[in-house]
Amino acid sequence: MQHIVSILMENESGALSRVAGLFSARGYNIESLTVAPTDDSSLSRMTLVTSGTDDIVEQILKQLNKLVDVIKLVDLTESPHIEREMMLIKVEAVGESRAEVKRLVDIFRGNIIDVTDTTYTVELTGPGERLDAFLQSLSSISIHEVVRSGAMGISRGEKVLGL
Amino acid sequence: MELTGAEILVQCLKEEGVEYLFGYPGGAVLHIYDALYKQEDVKHILVRHEQAATHAADGYARSTGKPGAVLVTSGPGATNAVTGIATAYMDSIPMVVITGQVPTSLIGNDAFQECDSIGITRPIVKHNFLVKDISDLAETIKKAFYVATTGRPGPVVVDVPKDVTGATAKYSYPKEIKMRSYNPVTKGHIGQIKKAVELILSAKKPMIYSGGGVILGEGSGQLIEFAQSLGYPVTNTLMGLGAYPATDKQFVGMLGMHGTYEANMGMHHCDVLIAIGARFDDRVTGNLEKFCPDAKIVHVDVDPASIAKTVKVDVPIVGEVAVVLDALIKQIGLSESKVDTSALEIWWQQIDVWRAQDCLKFDTESDKIKPQAAIKKVYELTKGDAYVTSDVGQHQMWAAQYYPFDKPRRWINSGGLGTMGFGLPAAMGVQLAHPGHSVVCITGESSIQMCIQELATCLQYGLPIKILNLNNGFMGMVRQWQEFFYDKRYSQSVMSVLPDFVALVESYGHVGIRVEKPEDLDAALDAAFNQHKDRLVFLDVITDPDENVYPMVPAGAGLNEMVLV
Repeated sequence: MQHIVSILMENESGALSRVAGLFSARGYNIESLTVAPTDDSSLSRMTLVTSGTDDIVEQILKQLNKLVDVIKLVDLTESPHIEREMMLIKVEAVGESRAEVKRLVDIFRGNIIDVTDTTYTVELTGPGERLDAFLQSLSSISIHEVVRSGAMGISRGEKVLGL
Repeated sequence: MELTGAEILVQCLKEEGVEYLFGYPGGAVLHIYDALYKQEDVKHILVRHEQAATHAADGYARSTGKPGAVLVTSGPGATNAVTGIATAYMDSIPMVVITGQVPTSLIGNDAFQECDSIGITRPIVKHNFLVKDISDLAETIKKAFYVATTGRPGPVVVDVPKDVTGATAKYSYPKEIKMRSYNPVTKGHIGQIKKAVELILSAKKPMIYSGGGVILGEGSGQLIEFAQSLGYPVTNTLMGLGAYPATDKQFVGMLGMHGTYEANMGMHHCDVLIAIGARFDDRVTGNLEKFCPDAKIVHVDVDPASIAKTVKVDVPIVGEVAVVLDALIKQIGLSESKVDTSALEIWWQQIDVWRAQDCLKFDTESDKIKPQAAIKKVYELTKGDAYVTSDVGQHQMWAAQYYPFDKPRRWINSGGLGTMGFGLPAAMGVQLAHPGHSVVCITGESSIQMCIQELATCLQYGLPIKILNLNNGFMGMVRQWQEFFYDKRYSQSVMSVLPDFVALVESYGHVGIRVEKPEDLDAALDAAFNQHKDRLVFLDVITDPDENVYPMVPAGAGLNEMVLV
């Protein structure tokens, strides 16, 4: 099963490589990983999407917690949460497909953020599944480039991952 | 007061009570060596290879409980230290390793003797730090010692660029350190402790399985009290030997691949397993599917990640071993349940039947020297009170089997990483920490050659280590596996070219004695331990090359499927 792990850690150089190194050294899966400083510049917030059996995920959480730079973490998938991912996608937009892409972008509530005579660049934000669905809907369109941010997540309600 | 970074560093080591700094100079650490030259509190021990510096600091740490300290230069100095850092990491040994680094302006430029020491050591340290600014230096050293020695201990690397040691800054050493991201648990959860006690007291066939964590956590006294108040059998892992007195009747020997029959059978048939400061290593459990099939398991460990890593447990308790054992002892006193003494008596009768197998018996009539006999003689001669270091292989297992340790911190070996070359340099650290005490390095002709250059260090510092070289002309453990599992194809395990060890050690200024016959062993040992008490003596003992380590749990088998002889 897929798990979204949100990690609050010291914003130190090398902190990211400690997490990445842990996953490769112990043979865990990383599906995506995003990281950036928070409003407190001494802290980084990382969202990591991984998968594995319950035993493996339990070990992943413990091993992450053991890293000296990690302050707190939460497995968001254990309780209600919001997941968002951003995708930038450059597609061919000529002839009939130009209108078709526009329609699809509207249906998926994306934005066309750059236009040339032959291409559209589309921005789409949402849960990973919605981005997947959008990509599938473009099956007859020629895709030039796809950039995905990887998932970010936050708990629903008043629950906070903070100091 | 303004000090240079190098002076600050040395001052910090003094503040941390570092007696010995094991190291080797080089370009990136010249400022630090200059600062060391100008003081006498921190004594520098010049090794002959950086790997030995880390092993010596490791031996010092294992035998004292205090953190080891190492100083090496950048690039090859750091990479040579890697094996010793990994060795310490696998066995959770507190150690602070200071690596020099090229000046900050050159980092990343492929400068002379530059390597990414932080990147290279990351997977084999508890934590590491790169000090980019002299104003962070003192606090970083404080943090390094704090992290290395608390919680589950481990090595910490501090990488210090040359310009940081050359700069000057105001110095003050922090008295205390708090890290918001690092707060090791000490006390166990009281609810879990109550649950554990009820389970422990419900046992009809209990087994206490304790590991290196009891030694690292200074919990030996508590373990003895706990076990003796219950009357339960105790087995120790390779790393835990000495935590419970081996000569006590409740001790059933080491467990695992080369453990005793009674320990492994006891593990397999127990109904309640009490694991304390042990991590269910693969050499201990054998085939996990067949491990302790009928047991409910209590697991005490300071590291939450050690719990349920390979074996599911029923009552996990996270906390320091000594603190948790104290709480368990107290709770046993408070509980209304009592030990089931009649069931326990039947259990002991069963254990005694297994014991009667006498699984460690060996041929005492042979005209060749049996390695087991040599170790037993060392045990007798040192009255079981020596510090014993070992390398890795057959001799290591024999030492663990035939030298019963009654005290913690006496048995010093590389259990986790299994590092050949560990024994001699580790013995240096032990001997420095315990002058006047017997320190024996039990080794083999293959392992000893991996750090044999340290014989020079031993002479320089007058370390009267006794080296028992069990020389069977083979990488014995490799040969044993090839005999059993590769149809005696002894691929590259034959040490067909060996130095004249006696001449070699004499050229280093020590005493060398070659022993070829069983009847000459006593005189040689007497020479080593009595006549040449104050000198390093190297006993090159030619042993029976066909001897194997028994009993043995073959790979993939359960603990109840031992091969006895």
